[in-house]
Amino acid sequence: MTAVQATGVTKRYGSTVALDDVGITVEYGESHALVGRNGAGKSTLVSILTGLNRADAGSVTFDDEPAPALADRDAWRRRVACVYQKSTIIPALTVAENLFINRQSLERRSLISWKSLHAKASEVLASFGVDVDPARPAADLTVEQRQLVEIARALSFGARFIILDEPTAQLDGPAIERLFERMRGLQSSGVTFLFISHHLQEIFEICQTVTVFRDARHVLTSPVSSLSTDELVAAMTGDAAGLRVGHTRPSLPADAPVVLSVSGLRSEAFFGVDLSIRAGEVVGVAGSASSGKVELGEAVVGLRKATSGTVHVGQTAVRSGSVPDALKAGIGFVPEDRHKEGLVPTLGVGENATLPIMDRLGRFGAISPTRRRAVAERMINDLSIKTSGPDQPVSGLSGGNQQKVVMARALSSDPSVLVLTDPTAGVDVRSKESLLDVVDQVAAEGTAVLVISDELDDLRPCDRVLVMFHGEVTASFPRGWTDGELVAAIEGVSAEQGADE
Amino acid sequence: MTKTLQFARFRDLALLPAIVVLMIVGALVDPVFLSADNLTNVLQQRTELSLLVLGQALVLISGKIDLSLESTIGLAPALALGLIIPASAHGLGVELPEWTAIPLCLLIGVVIGAFNGFLILKLQLSAFIVTLGMLTVLRGLQIGFTEGQNLFEVPLSFTYLGSARWFGLPASVLICLVAFAIGIVALAYFRQGRSIYAIGGNAEAARAAGIRTERVLWTVLIIASLLAALAGLLMTGRLGSVGPAQGQGMIFTVFAAAVIGGVSLDHGKGTLFGALTGVLALGLIENILTLGGVSPHWIQAIYGAIILIALLLARFTSGKAQD
Repeated sequence: MTAVQATGVTKRYGSTVALDDVGITVEYGESHALVGRNGAGKSTLVSILTGLNRADAGSVTFDDEPAPALADRDAWRRRVACVYQKSTIIPALTVAENLFINRQSLERRSLISWKSLHAKASEVLASFGVDVDPARPAADLTVEQRQLVEIARALSFGARFIILDEPTAQLDGPAIERLFERMRGLQSSGVTFLFISHHLQEIFEICQTVTVFRDARHVLTSPVSSLSTDELVAAMTGDAAGLRVGHTRPSLPADAPVVLSVSGLRSEAFFGVDLSIRAGEVVGVAGSASSGKVELGEAVVGLRKATSGTVHVGQTAVRSGSVPDALKAGIGFVPEDRHKEGLVPTLGVGENATLPIMDRLGRFGAISPTRRRAVAERMINDLSIKTSGPDQPVSGLSGGNQQKVVMARALSSDPSVLVLTDPTAGVDVRSKESLLDVVDQVAAEGTAVLVISDELDDLRPCDRVLVMFHGEVTASFPRGWTDGELVAAIEGVSAEQGADE
Repeated sequence: MTKTLQFARFRDLALLPAIVVLMIVGALVDPVFLSADNLTNVLQQRTELSLLVLGQALVLISGKIDLSLESTIGLAPALALGLIIPASAHGLGVELPEWTAIPLCLLIGVVIGAFNGFLILKLQLSAFIVTLGMLTVLRGLQIGFTEGQNLFEVPLSFTYLGSARWFGLPASVLICLVAFAIGIVALAYFRQGRSIYAIGGNAEAARAAGIRTERVLWTVLIIASLLAALAGLLMTGRLGSVGPAQGQGMIFTVFAAAVIGGVSLDHGKGTLFGALTGVLALGLIENILTLGGVSPHWIQAIYGAIILIALLLARFTSGKAQD
């Protein structure tokens, strides 16, 4: 008997194929790892396994029985539960109420008996060994306690199959150990786990079987014990990992001046980072979600105030925490999340792309629509943005084209320093290629480029790649690194190598 | 060009056919309707409302809300007058020179807007609750120091703008037109105006594009209050006195006109021209109802119904669920 089996599952969103005829079989009582790089289709599979999305084709069974109807949420809850990276605990309610949300009136009476609710909650928490006061508001819980409450809630529905979606991303070392301890305990009492993580060493520690997805396809399923880290990385990245063989940028002249210098930069998320980039040089910063790399980029471009340290463009010091200052100093950037900080959905392509340079489109604050149109049309042309014209609202573009608009915005001010955070997140291969071409192009024109990403393809055009781990730069790789050694350094498997800076 | 663009333009001009229909209906209901006197009257009675709608539309587009405008329209002129008229006429007994009245009135508007901005932007309180509180406080202040009385001793200089006629039209109507013209041009062709749309559409993206969002929002709140103070000045001139309830209840009509005119409560959408047509449409409807002999007791119910119908239309033409 298998706990869960999915066969031949295909899911399309418009023209993008999120899952292409994939299958997964999770045996009773095992911890099964699901790994893959961004866009591999992991979250789509999770949404299908939890009944939030309907597959276009294929079938899902629980305990060898067909999955319940999509509308029957209670039936799904009895079979499977998912602890998402993003908490589904409601902070304003008490722990007890969170545990019994939407079933507060126990024994089907119409009035809620708070006394018995708390008693029942204590019972549930105690039975799973979670030491939390059920009367406390959930807002007081630590990340670790919140996860435990979510797991306890899932189990109290009767589910014996639990999906953990990157549960360790926000936990520190000892908390991760305690989570694993608890997982092992539950496993021995018959609970099955599907474990999703970007940290490969965790998979070797806690899981028995691993399934790898790549580009919406199933690549392999194998016992963890018969795989090496290298083989796992190879399966994740694929043979033809690179988009193109080489980046044909001329090598950096020896006398290229330093354009961006960061020294002793520090905030809550990273500590004492030094960095200098010369004109025409492309430097990558890799690291996991908790490495502080995104925060470092935000501090450089003025989105975040550094607690100490300096950022200079040429000889000019950039005031910390001020985007207008950074812009004036010559820094352009692509922020981490285009929907959050990259685009104004209600405005057109042209206006979004020219937001930072509105003062250059006319005198006394006036904006000449003809000049804006001309600038925008040149950008649309240069970046081959597929749009019906500068006036089309960006909300109507595909992800790849939206990202190109964000790139156009970053380039609009003719920056001498370009900071790109996850520049190809969630875009198709063609757009990815042209976005990375832009990196080569602007570097060849003498711009200093900082690429912040853990996407290997983003890092390939870099002259060198720094790796951050827990807020510090732990390694530096000159061009010619292999995927394996870089991923190993990102995951902190062997952070001691390559410190040649 | 694109369908969406055409649609956006259409949304702007959507009320023009309705206004034409209203004109025809008005003419059929009563021949007096089309007379210059009647139409001028309609316009003049709507000047104060239209200035409030102008201010509110700016605030709504920028993604905030300002309910306190309807109290500013009363307090600003009342307090300015209170500072110049003697205590015997319910003044504060300060008796400042008469010429300071108009500058004071506008300054009070600026101060109220700045204070709203301080609470909303610096202390990061909810704009809705802050301005709801301010609505009550400002109205209370006016009733407090006037002891609930009308201020009748209004100097001629103070009533001038609200009652004068320039080029055969009420001065207040011309002032409104100029204000709207400046606003329409600024919002369409100036960096500062486009910043308001960018902030309303996505404040974080606007900040990431180098727009000083806090400064822009603060300015918008101050301009809105300043416009409310100006509206108060005009209203005082038109009526010849300041009553304790001047402007009370107006905010609902302000929202009705803005929403009917296509200014979205979802932020970042709408135009001032649209808002202006909203004001005109409401004004014509009320005028026709009055001329048609509809009891004034029913007008409120009809206003409410019109707001709901406009919301329904917006819901089904945009196809998007509203928050």
